[in-house]
Amino acid sequence: MLDLIFYLLAVIALAASIAVIMVRDIFRAALCLIMLFMSVAGFFLLLHADFLAIVQVLIYVGAISILIIVAIMLTRDARHGLPLDNYKYWAGAVGLLLLIALAYGILNTTFTLPGTAPLEQTIQPIGQQLFGNGYVLPVEIAAVLLLSAILGAIAVLRDK
Amino acid sequence: MLIDEMKYITPEISLLCFALLIVVVDLFVTRKGVLPILSVIGALVAAFFTVGLWGNGGISAFNNMIAIDQFGLFFKLLILASLVLVVMASNKYVLKFEKFQGEYYAVLMLSAIGLMLLVSAVNLITIYVSLELSSISLYALVSFLKDKASSEAGLKYLILGAVASAILLYGMALTFGLTGSTGLTAIADYFRTSSTASPLLLTGLVLIIAGFGFKIASVPFQLWVPDVYEGAPTPITAYLSVASKAAGFAVITRILMTAFGQPDWLHAEWAIIIAVLAALTMTVGNVTALVQTNIKRLFGYSSIAQAGYLMVGLAAMGMATQGNADIRSGIIFFLFSYTLTNLGAFIAIIAISNKIDSDQIADYTGMGKRSPLLAGALTLFLVSLTGLPPTAGLIAKIYIFNGAVDQGLLWLVVIAVINSVISAFYYFRVVKVMWMGEPASQDKVTSSWPEWTALAVCCIMVVIIGVAPGAFVGLTQAAVKMFGI
Repeated sequence: MLDLIFYLLAVIALAASIAVIMVRDIFRAALCLIMLFMSVAGFFLLLHADFLAIVQVLIYVGAISILIIVAIMLTRDARHGLPLDNYKYWAGAVGLLLLIALAYGILNTTFTLPGTAPLEQTIQPIGQQLFGNGYVLPVEIAAVLLLSAILGAIAVLRDK
Repeated sequence: MLIDEMKYITPEISLLCFALLIVVVDLFVTRKGVLPILSVIGALVAAFFTVGLWGNGGISAFNNMIAIDQFGLFFKLLILASLVLVVMASNKYVLKFEKFQGEYYAVLMLSAIGLMLLVSAVNLITIYVSLELSSISLYALVSFLKDKASSEAGLKYLILGAVASAILLYGMALTFGLTGSTGLTAIADYFRTSSTASPLLLTGLVLIIAGFGFKIASVPFQLWVPDVYEGAPTPITAYLSVASKAAGFAVITRILMTAFGQPDWLHAEWAIIIAVLAALTMTVGNVTALVQTNIKRLFGYSSIAQAGYLMVGLAAMGMATQGNADIRSGIIFFLFSYTLTNLGAFIAIIAISNKIDSDQIADYTGMGKRSPLLAGALTLFLVSLTGLPPTAGLIAKIYIFNGAVDQGLLWLVVIAVINSVISAFYYFRVVKVMWMGEPASQDKVTSSWPEWTALAVCCIMVVIIGVAPGAFVGLTQAAVKMFGI
């Protein structure tokens, strides 16, 4: 049963990502991207990572896709045709090269599993790790990062 | 206890407090002259705390997130020194964005905090978050002028930087997935017990090198450099070319040495990759620099070339089978002398462009008559960048090339020396333009005392390091001590 769901999600994810680069209308490409994000959230659920799945939906499907769509709405003439069309073949070649390298790597690697059962509840342990003695420093650095981003955005976007 | 470990990040915390203070003071004070003074005081306080930590060699804090070691502390001091010099050099330039002086200094200091955390981070997560802190601040700073060139530069830097971040993150994710840890020392433990690495793990390593290749502007990730250097406010260009680059080299040295430094077959793998990239980086940088007409673009390509020389050192570090402390101290010495030289050159360029409002090399004609001191200083820095006596640049190059020859990288050093000769053409073209031509106007080019002070500090240091390098070699040899190895 789980296998079936996995293959279903895999087909959706592949179809959606191919659609993102093939569809001419950038707005529809954005919608396909949302579908891709949703199927990735499905993968996380299959892997017992419920917190990641929620975050994936909240941040990628919720925030980032809205941002992309608003950006498309605010940009004139961006809806038709991609401006980077000239580099189509170069981009294809680089992508293909990367695909071959990664496929070679993945096929020639033996993956070892930790051997412990996945956690029943993930949210509480993640919270304790983030704000306990585990990862509190990166969390705090991220807070400074947001401050810097806000200051920078205000200074760059306001009138001269 | 967590609270006891706070003392290890006092330099960053104090700098953060001053950055916030500047934002608040900016709201109430009309005389903006206090803002640079506050940022210099902040940097000095942070430097004081950094020096205070110097004795605590080789420990890690916050659950192995950052290390307190001489290597990191030395680079923190170097970043703070360039912050002070850049702030002093900005003192007249900031009038171009009058309304946002507070934000300018605050974001500059926040990016310095990011770089300081970056050079001491020993966990992939901390490394990534502090890298983003410094990068996002710099994206904003690059577009601060808000004219067409500056906005375009900011946008280019943002998009290419985001791509580089994604590559780096993918590499880190592969490394984490296959070694089971994000801590650099834990990754090293994994390699100690395995006789071979899977191809996917090597892909992860290559992607990590590629991600940092963007930060240090190595070929083929150098495409952003000329446009960003040209469009950005000149003090930010200076800051990008020294502090950001030094931190990039520090963190890549730390990752390669701590996580991927052992066993022998592993460091030989990345040494070859970096040696090839070094040869390409030097050559592309120097050859393209030959045809530049804008001084900021010229320095963009020149800084790519300098990154190439530094990568010769990195490659030699990977070639060494045992005990490469000397090569590492060579890299640190080169970064130290390059920081002072390049900053000095940019301060002279800022002082000149404040007056003539142009970055075209042709407009530097006769600068030797209009301002002999500025032209003289710039000449000294160009001589140092070429690597001629009696300057720091010569000692740095000898130090780094010597280490490379010892490790059997003679072919790479030959390429590097040929490149140094090529570089003399474009460096001395600027010198010739400044001293030979007739000036377009008889106006004297003057500048403010903070600029003069910063320039004098750089000049004196470049000459002292060049004439009596002994003490500084000792300092960089003390600074090789790294947590975990």
